[in-house]
Amino acid sequence: MRVNDDKQKNDYSNVWVIAEVLSGKIQPVTHELAGTARMLADKRGSEVWIVLLGNNVSEQAGTLFAYGADKVLVADDGSMANFNDEIETRVLVRMIDKYKPEIVICGATTRGRALIPRVAVVTDSGLTADCTELDIDPENGDLLQTRPAFGGNIMATIRCSDHRPQMSTVRPRVMKAPDPDPGRTGEIITENVTVSDKIDIKRILEVFHSSEAAVNLADAQIIIAGGRAMKGPEGFDILRAFAARVGGAVGASRAAVDAGWIPYAHQVGQTGQTVQTKVYIACGISGQIQHLVGMQSCDLIIAIDKNPDTPMMQMADIAVTGDLFEIVPALTAAIPKL
Amino acid sequence: MKIVVCIKQVPATNDAKIDPETKRIIREGLKAILNPFDTYAVEEAVQLRERFGGEVIVLSMGPEKAALSIREAVSVGADRGVLLSDRAFGGSDTWATSYALANAIRKIGDVDLVICGKQAVDGDTAQVGPGIAAHLDWKQATYVMAVEDASDDSIVVKRMHEDGYDICELKLPAVVTVVKDINTPRIPTLRGRLASEKIEVPVWKPADIGADLSKIGLDGSPTRVVRTAPPPPRNTVTKKISGTSAECADALIKELRLRSIL
Ligand SMILES: Cc1cc2nc3c(=O)[nH]c(=O)nc-3n(C[C@H](O)[C@H](O)[C@H](O)COP(=O)(O)OP(=O)(O)OC[C@H]3O[C@@H](n4cnc5c(N)ncnc54)[C@H](O)[C@@H]3O)c2cc1C
Ligand SMILES: Nc1ncnc2c1ncn2[C@@H]1O[C@H](COP(=O)(O)O)[C@@H](O)[C@H]1O
Repeated sequence: MRVNDDKQKNDYSNVWVIAEVLSGKIQPVTHELAGTARMLADKRGSEVWIVLLGNNVSEQAGTLFAYGADKVLVADDGSMANFNDEIETRVLVRMIDKYKPEIVICGATTRGRALIPRVAVVTDSGLTADCTELDIDPENGDLLQTRPAFGGNIMATIRCSDHRPQMSTVRPRVMKAPDPDPGRTGEIITENVTVSDKIDIKRILEVFHSSEAAVNLADAQIIIAGGRAMKGPEGFDILRAFAARVGGAVGASRAAVDAGWIPYAHQVGQTGQTVQTKVYIACGISGQIQHLVGMQSCDLIIAIDKNPDTPMMQMADIAVTGDLFEIVPALTAAIPKL
Repeated sequence: MKIVVCIKQVPATNDAKIDPETKRIIREGLKAILNPFDTYAVEEAVQLRERFGGEVIVLSMGPEKAALSIREAVSVGADRGVLLSDRAFGGSDTWATSYALANAIRKIGDVDLVICGKQAVDGDTAQVGPGIAAHLDWKQATYVMAVEDASDDSIVVKRMHEDGYDICELKLPAVVTVVKDINTPRIPTLRGRLASEKIEVPVWKPADIGADLSKIGLDGSPTRVVRTAPPPPRNTVTKKISGTSAECADALIKELRLRSIL
């Protein structure tokens, strides 16, 4: 909604988080965003509400209070067992019209990035993608949203002064989850999914959940990535062994993906994923610009390469000159088992 | 099948250099290219036309020179293109951009399918595709990695998720956004190049698409960039490690411990 003055703005209150549910389970990004929402709501003297959409998710609603929620708004229906953008949009738009949140935050996941832009258009709200920092103007509730643009080369701060609610997506692992406080409690509100929500939607014919958790680049704290130097699909085994030891994920350059050694879901870079992890270890990746734009915002970049003069070795925080086929296994062996 | 592909012209990172001080890309003087993800969108549309017949129309909003990207799409098989270009469109955020594109799609008329790239590499938002679907009130599928089947009134697509994929059927009209996995874009043929030089690229203004001026450009954009700043600089010294593999591994472990990562 367009709002013309502070009085109209004041019709909207509270900070909402859209819970991320994957394979029936609430994902950690939900807790991370709850922590941020708590900080914003405290500055504004308002409440944190978490919206939980899915199938058989109600039992998990109670777990969210420990992370800072005051209320949990649940819509539990078989029609949302798999991701159906159209149903979730209708349900969420109705909740927003009814309860008028000031702010809505959602994970910048494949689901969040499909759902929220649709909701933002229908509710006539401003939406900022992939925020790395959120703050609030305590006077009028304007959200100050900071995000990287152009492959992390500039940071833009965005404000949305004359629309409510204000919406943002935030990548997993960017915000820190609060320590859970098991003593906190709150209220659970259940909303219905109506017959008309389910009219004329898409049919989901088949669902496949990968058993390889190591693909989940967005959720990882440590990514170890390989390039053309891996020589073949087996080369990636040493990276997988390392990733398994530290609980990380495996990334790849386009050269390795194009060679068919590893699926596209692992590709980092301009035409793959942009990642922002604590640690990124590039093994035999020369660091062409299209790769760098996808990972240069990681906190600590480590490069392992035979050639000390590659762009990656130049830009890394730590550059190790040597043969990755020897160094990576040695590294894995030296790390105590978790 | 009448397909509209939304394409955006973006600054090229291909020939960018890294600033040795800040270790960030030097942005100045970059030339403009077709958004890489959109090349897959164009290719998928052309393949669908080859299989099912119909027409592929590329649509772009941007400055006059964005017509070059439209010609590029024609050189690889699109039939024609339309450019939305006017000062009044300038400063549009994703809400206003998707509003303008949706209006243009309505004006093109009888469109069955809209294909967008997953995201544009300059803004990285991935919001315009779903935004168009919302403005048109059409169904959508994002992160599409394969089109499994299509008919006159529906399309079956494979969507990528964090934990796997799913296959779903959408009734047309619909909007899909595609990832790189979906195909390998062809290179232009001589005939395609010649065709792309010959076509006229009509330029549409807000009035041509019946756009409400309060919904486009800066005025129509709920979000405002209020400040831009360089990112916090990366450290400028690279810690160099070399030696035998065992020495390298030990030194690295020490560094990781120092930073409380292990
Ligand atoms: C439009 C466009 C989009 C693109 N998008 C992407 C993208 O999203 N992601 C991406 O990654 N690329 C992308 N690219 C491709 C990119 O330009 C590079 O071609 C690619 O990143 C190179 O991959 P690489 O570093 O693995 O291979 P190379 O450049 O061949 O580098 C291999 C490195 O391995 C080292 N090496 C070899 N053997 C060993 C060993 N035993 N031990 C240690 N080191 C060793 C070599 O010294 C070298 O530095 C894109 C290109 C274009 C044109
Ligand atoms: N100005 C534009 N003109 C045409 N298509 C666009 C424009 N901006 C975005 N798109 C389309 O929307 C997709 C996602 O862009 P974005 O939401 O900006 O990341 C792009 O890959 C294009 O297909």
